[in-house]
Amino acid sequence: MTPSVSSPPQGRRAGGWSEFQRRYAPYLFISPFFLLFFAFGLFPILFNAYLSFMEWQPGTGLGDMKFVGLRNYTDNLTDPAFWQSLKNTAILALLSGLPQHLLAIPLAFAVAGVLKRMQHLVTAVYFLPYITSIVAISVIFFTLFSWQYGVINAALVSLHQLPLIGGLFPAEKINWLGQKEYVQPAIALVVIWRYVGWNMLLYLAGIQSIPKELYEAASVDGATGGQQFRFITLPLLRPTMFMAVTLSLIGGFQLFEEPFILTNGSGGAGQAGLTTIMYMYRTYAQYSDAGVAAAMSWLLFAVIGVLTFLNNRAFGRSGLAGRD
Amino acid sequence: MKLSRALLLSLALSGSAFAQTKTLTVGVFPDLDTVVKAAIPGFKKLYPNIDVKVVSLAYADHHTALTTALSTGRGAGDVVAVDFGYIAKFAEGKGLVDLGKAPYNAGQYRSQFVAYTFPQAMTQDGRMVAMPTDIGPGSMFYRTDLLARAKVSPTELNRSWESYVSAGKKVVAANPGKFLLPDAGQAAQIIIRTGLKSGEGLFFDKAGKVLVGPDNPRFVRAFTVAKQIRDAGLDARTGNAFSAEWTNAFQKGTVATEFNGAWLVGHMQNWLAKDFKGKWGAQDLPGNTFASWGGSFYAIPEQSKNKAEAWALIKYLTTNPAQQVLAFKTTGAFPALRSAATNPVFNEGVPYLGNQKARVLWRRATTKIQPIDVNKLDPVAEQIVGEALGSVLDGSKDIQTALGEAQRLITRRAR
Repeated sequence: MTPSVSSPPQGRRAGGWSEFQRRYAPYLFISPFFLLFFAFGLFPILFNAYLSFMEWQPGTGLGDMKFVGLRNYTDNLTDPAFWQSLKNTAILALLSGLPQHLLAIPLAFAVAGVLKRMQHLVTAVYFLPYITSIVAISVIFFTLFSWQYGVINAALVSLHQLPLIGGLFPAEKINWLGQKEYVQPAIALVVIWRYVGWNMLLYLAGIQSIPKELYEAASVDGATGGQQFRFITLPLLRPTMFMAVTLSLIGGFQLFEEPFILTNGSGGAGQAGLTTIMYMYRTYAQYSDAGVAAAMSWLLFAVIGVLTFLNNRAFGRSGLAGRD
Repeated sequence: MKLSRALLLSLALSGSAFAQTKTLTVGVFPDLDTVVKAAIPGFKKLYPNIDVKVVSLAYADHHTALTTALSTGRGAGDVVAVDFGYIAKFAEGKGLVDLGKAPYNAGQYRSQFVAYTFPQAMTQDGRMVAMPTDIGPGSMFYRTDLLARAKVSPTELNRSWESYVSAGKKVVAANPGKFLLPDAGQAAQIIIRTGLKSGEGLFFDKAGKVLVGPDNPRFVRAFTVAKQIRDAGLDARTGNAFSAEWTNAFQKGTVATEFNGAWLVGHMQNWLAKDFKGKWGAQDLPGNTFASWGGSFYAIPEQSKNKAEAWALIKYLTTNPAQQVLAFKTTGAFPALRSAATNPVFNEGVPYLGNQKARVLWRRATTKIQPIDVNKLDPVAEQIVGEALGSVLDGSKDIQTALGEAQRLITRRAR
């Protein structure tokens, strides 16, 4: 009798605790992510949006903000340097983005097929630039691109002295990072070199998920390696391509490190290496105009959003559905 | 009994001292951190109750951290070092204490300092946000061996900008593969910074009107001289100072002259041009002009809770002649305090410059440098003028067009 009397409250107590646990433990367990996300993800984004309607100089204290409405946005839209930076960014994204994929797809195909034995080694070697410190990269490429003492110029000049094909190469040393025409190709080269390995890895994963039976069937039918690539690999790689191109698009329009380091933050000759993120950084750090910089980031966000949407419409939907 | 009374007495004494002991945090960047560290023993003798803690960050990181600390109102030291390039930026806000007011009254020391330093630390509305500690009088450095080969004397080079260009052609002709200077833009930057009319800033006048334009002789001349240098193939086109190409030109010894602050000698002997000891000399800038390259200041953030002690330390670092001489011996940066520069060490030869008595030259230059009014939009204008200069030098625009465009671009920013 006694136990039955005393057990209900115990049971209720235990039930309360387990009830509490069942209800709130999941939130508790997931909270570290959300707390970090709110502090370092959501809050900065919201604050940045708020800042984009304010006039504020960093260093003057948070109390010194002044509401200016849409002025920061119109300031940017009427600023020739902003449009110039957007144009540079688009050119660099195309100049570095397209070759990345044109190189990575055949490379991944080759690694998956012919180089299968050394797959891990080759993948690691191509992936190495992606994880190398940008400072180390800049030292190497400064040495390569240097006008007077650069390796590339030394090679070009010695090639120029060859008898028959010498005429194809320039006689004068090229000022890669000091002359307007060459700044963008030079930066694009570094970006390509850095990200081909990453894209190759994406495509390699895509290729490996294509069923082997298709290739076997094709080779039974007498298809060559080239035909297999053209009629099996490429079509079935479409979802991977969509993802890789989307990532390149977003990354390309947020390009900062490579041009910033290679031009010493100056934007290079004729400002040809000034990307929008660099200009935003300059507006904040050098011009001390935090509001205009914040508005610029939202304008860039809009541009990236529209381009991603167009990319999605172009070949995303059918690709993702796996039709075709 | 006797002993215990003595003990009690000493306890009481030290107790009162302990109660007042405070720790000052000093935020600073290299090499200035070595100066503050070297100053601590002397400072402790005068103020045994104040401990000094030095927090040193790399140059850019220090100023970024200071920006954040001043924005949010917490995290700054009691004393902070500020480089000249950042003074205008921090002066705009209200994060730094006005040292011109009581109880600091920094104005009383004005006559003891090199004349142009105080105006550098003052805002348009007359607040004084920092005390100068070291300065960078500008100098023309030249390679004695390259000039000798061309039979060109240094005074022939620096008589005027015109003779700098004409004598420079001789130097380059006599030394194949060498250049007169790292970048033509440097000449333009000096001309822009010298010969200002009183009441003019670099890019804006007192009323905030834009001075840059095709009708301003200072800018037209600056662009013209730079263009002459570039077109004659005299410059190594290295871009900014401390860029990879610029560094390379010094290390390989391919440039005959360089315009920079006196402090460059420290860099040259330590790493930049180590192999050329005794082959460099120093002279005034061309055209009898005088300009300064940077300089360091100390300020007290408004958020500091130890302002009186912070001011005591700043006074010690900046107005104590022995300490200013010690600072000079530590890093080689020129003292802002005039009496420090009369120390015998300034009459000694500089070993790297072939024992030339260059410090006498620089000391004279410090008295001739004019203060320049700063404007909060200077960084924007400097960037735009720099881009205009670049487009003139690479031949894509003529001087009139480039300056006209620069004028429009700066004016639309000046609101």
